[in-house]
Amino acid sequence: MTDLTRLSAVELAAGMQAGDYSSTDVTRAHLDRIEQVEPAINSFITVTPDAALAAAGEVDRKRAAGEELHPFAGVPVTHKDLVVTAGIATTAGSKMLADWVPPYDATVYRRTKAAGLPLLGKTNLDEFAMGSTTEHSAFGNTANPWDTTKVPGGSSGGAAASVAAYEAPFSVGTDTGGSVRQPAAFTGTVGVKPTYGSVSRYGVIAMASSLDQVGPVARSVGDAAALHSILAGHDPFDSTSLSGDVPDFMAAAREGSLSGVRLGVIKQLVGDAPTGGVAEVFRAALDVAAAGGAEIVEVDCPSLSFALDAYYLIMPSEVSSNLARYDGMRFGLRVEPDEGPVTAETVMAATRAAGFGAEAKRRIILGTYALSAGYYDAYYGSAQKVRTLVQRDFARAFESADVLVSPTAPTTAFGFGAEREADPMTLYLGDIATIPANLAGIPGMSLPAGLSDGMPVGFQLLAPAHEDARLYRIGAGLETALDAERGGALLAQAPEL
Amino acid sequence: MSEKSAITSAEVAHLADLARIAMSEEELSSLTGDLNTILANVARVSEVATEDVPATSHPIPLSNVMREDVVGETLTAAEALAGAPAADGDKFVVPQILGED
Amino acid sequence: MKYEDAVAKYDPVIGIEVHVELGTATKMFDAAPNSFGGGANTNVTPVSLGLPGALPSVNRTAVEYAVKIGLALGCEIAESCRFARKNYFYPDVPKNFQTSQYDEPIAFDGSVDVELDDGEIITVPIERAHMEEDAGKNTHVGGSSGRIHGAEYSLVDYNRAGVPLVEIVTRPITGTGAGAPEVASSYVRTLRDIFRALGVSEARMEQGNVRADINVSLRPSPDAPLGTRTETKNVNSFRSIERAVRFEIVRQAELLDAGETVVQETRHFHEDTGETSPGRVKSDADDYRYFPEPDLVPLVPPRDWIEELRSGLPELPAERRRRLLGEWGFSELEMRDIINAGLLDAIEQTVSAGASPAAARKWWTGEISRLAKQDDREPAELATPVQVAELAELIEAGKLNDKLARKVLAGVIAGEGSPRDVMAGRGLEIVEDTGALQEAVEQAIADNPDVVEKIRGGKMQAIGALMGPIMKATRGQADAGKAREMIIERINA
Ligand SMILES: [Mg+2]
Ligand SMILES: [Zn+2]
Repeated sequence: MTDLTRLSAVELAAGMQAGDYSSTDVTRAHLDRIEQVEPAINSFITVTPDAALAAAGEVDRKRAAGEELHPFAGVPVTHKDLVVTAGIATTAGSKMLADWVPPYDATVYRRTKAAGLPLLGKTNLDEFAMGSTTEHSAFGNTANPWDTTKVPGGSSGGAAASVAAYEAPFSVGTDTGGSVRQPAAFTGTVGVKPTYGSVSRYGVIAMASSLDQVGPVARSVGDAAALHSILAGHDPFDSTSLSGDVPDFMAAAREGSLSGVRLGVIKQLVGDAPTGGVAEVFRAALDVAAAGGAEIVEVDCPSLSFALDAYYLIMPSEVSSNLARYDGMRFGLRVEPDEGPVTAETVMAATRAAGFGAEAKRRIILGTYALSAGYYDAYYGSAQKVRTLVQRDFARAFESADVLVSPTAPTTAFGFGAEREADPMTLYLGDIATIPANLAGIPGMSLPAGLSDGMPVGFQLLAPAHEDARLYRIGAGLETALDAERGGALLAQAPEL
Repeated sequence: MSEKSAITSAEVAHLADLARIAMSEEELSSLTGDLNTILANVARVSEVATEDVPATSHPIPLSNVMREDVVGETLTAAEALAGAPAADGDKFVVPQILGED
Repeated sequence: MKYEDAVAKYDPVIGIEVHVELGTATKMFDAAPNSFGGGANTNVTPVSLGLPGALPSVNRTAVEYAVKIGLALGCEIAESCRFARKNYFYPDVPKNFQTSQYDEPIAFDGSVDVELDDGEIITVPIERAHMEEDAGKNTHVGGSSGRIHGAEYSLVDYNRAGVPLVEIVTRPITGTGAGAPEVASSYVRTLRDIFRALGVSEARMEQGNVRADINVSLRPSPDAPLGTRTETKNVNSFRSIERAVRFEIVRQAELLDAGETVVQETRHFHEDTGETSPGRVKSDADDYRYFPEPDLVPLVPPRDWIEELRSGLPELPAERRRRLLGEWGFSELEMRDIINAGLLDAIEQTVSAGASPAAARKWWTGEISRLAKQDDREPAELATPVQVAELAELIEAGKLNDKLARKVLAGVIAGEGSPRDVMAGRGLEIVEDTGALQEAVEQAIADNPDVVEKIRGGKMQAIGALMGPIMKATRGQADAGKAREMIIERINA
């Protein structure tokens, strides 16, 4: 019998519609797989088997009754544990919210529920999405399914690992500075950061409001398009939500083309930064694209050398304010001070000392500093100007290219604890290629380019704002060409768990 | 800005106060080092951010997004208080408040 | 030091920040009901509680009300403005930041004319009016005084968290001299009247719908630079505002006289003693780290919308007062009494229902107010303008005299129907039967020969002495004019 966990979301949807198997079969297969591999991977903070099977049973019942269903009804999904789910623990990967069970649903969770996607569980992440290894989780590390001694990337490390380990066909992540694309790159999966505002942030625990976007992780461009279609759309509860029709991402993915497409290689991101292996794999993928009819051009985005700096001022500033509400007064952890008077002030300070990890504290303090009287203009104010420069560079680059490309990350996945060796700035450099898209609000995709020393290398495509469908069309074209070149999906080369 | 003198541990202690995070001397000093490293790098933004460049606070510009003044779904007191560390009847219980305003 | 001495020696400068709660259906940034009553923590959504993941969305009506307030205060309305986060930790502030406006208020640079008791008009300069949200409510438990200090814990209700506020900030108000306390309270009263006229708030001081923070500073002379100010927070009645300003002026003058300095701090006003006491000293802890609210987008109020709102503004209290003064011909003093008694609407409506201004004023400020006071009610609860106009009409037509009209009014208030109904029902109409009147006149003349003698001698005022017996005989229903005519006729015959 077919292993249902090996099928794509598109295949599963078709199989259920054809009556080959039920959502209960599919959901149970994934729950079994979760039980099998979780001890090694730890993608999940919470697994929700009862809710998943109940939702699957409901879809099956409706299908049997001939009720109209969403085409992907019955295909199970996971949500990053930053997405608020009523009645289901939502931790943000933090001790602060270890026992918090929210009273409401995030819009993106409502949407997957409304489409009939059973929720398998909530995936692991760096605390409040701050990190790029998922090591900053209060709930343990998630392992990279390609090599369990290595990190899966982050902060949506659990989401990416769950998909790469066949625990879920696709998964909902969030991307503030690369948190969907970089773990996708590290795990040989496809990750997309949509145009800012095209997917609702309501109920998605905020890290940096002007940068955060929800996006899909999947094993193929087509599956990512499917989940993206379910997530996207206007939400009156999010004032930054875009109105207007959602383009047909799936049609764009099915169309998949490379011929006549101009790929703009970003000079600043493909200079000396990527290590040898990553650069080689990236170049080889470019050759495949060229052979498939794409035109390769070079584009210059000089302001990108300041993008990282701007990001590390804007992001912590917004973080310092967004994370102020975690104070032990209304919800979540409350800790009383060991000594001294017990007042609202001392309890807040003790709670925040105990509840936040080191990286969260570092960013909160940095942001507090950047917003302080006397520094605002020089830091936050200037950083917002850099955003304008980045947007201008991109606009100019898109005049000569349809998409802009680079390696998603300068390295492949590294071992646990590696980042502890480095100073914070070296560490932050890992996000250099992904951050500019968040600053500019444009969509980006990472898809597997190939292997370097047995570990996946991500290939990033960036499109102009609102042109997410272009990523799916060109991404699918490149995926087809790369798959043909290596004789199948890259993930097929991953070791069995 | 890069010429700016380094942040002291006392300044970081003040920031920790503003951010309401209790910190040990040890934490303060390691954080002081990190902050100086980071700021030495990121301070460059003020060099390129010249007068004539407008700030972008929202990557995709929108304006006048407003909601009609119509009552929507609310939480019950039980739902509101379900996650509270302490409650008394239908109110949240918080420790005594010293500062005012 | 006496107040008179303090203001003789120092020039007071005041500045006032008024917060008004808008009377919208929902909160500023979420669809929770903006209403009181009901249980604690029931008018809340994930947004009003600042739950993880919750996001704000702006109430269109609250923006409209803010624009109306700005226009009524003669302000410019911003071409574009934004919300900002004011970051500070306090348990009744759910997100630990208040969403407010900082350097981009929706309205700025206005002024409002304030009339003092003696009729003097003071123009108060308005710096800005901006939108923001209210905080929740703490109840302090366990302390002996019930005040914050000494409380062992607090109970928090977030029903008020997120209620839309407009904060109106004056520029320093100078040149008031000894009148500073009155200017302060008259200014807030003027704003209160404007809010009500605009229909943007019930503006009930006692409910905390309108709250004033009063800044006071002294300087040796009007051309000296501004002195250090104190900010007395949340003063919630007109009388308290006057007392707080007076107290601060004397307190600061005493400090300065003693060679001490005024500390820049917030202070609290105590109703019981009329004193202020120190709150928090301003310090760098007041670093609110304002930055533009990234979860909200800019407001760019369309110019045609603003013009539409401007043209739809109701007549504002000051204009209306001026207009009615001209139309009615009352004295300034009469007008002020009417306004202070809250009877302007009733009198205006009574006049439009057909009564003369003098009659409308007489009944509302006289008998109706007297009866209302007796029952501890509002005059408008006793009678309607239409009823009062009808009453005046009956008097005018000679069907009622004052005395009878008061009886009719009593019947109206007792719910016996319209003045006409009551008059008919109780048989109070002035006696038209000249036979009965003639009889009463004859009797009065026969019983009072000495009075008749005086009248014959040309002392026409003596006629009054005959009216008493005539009225008595007709149980007050005689038409006094008619009786007078008959007396003169009879005596001269
Ligand atoms: Mg104030
Ligand atoms: Zn205010």
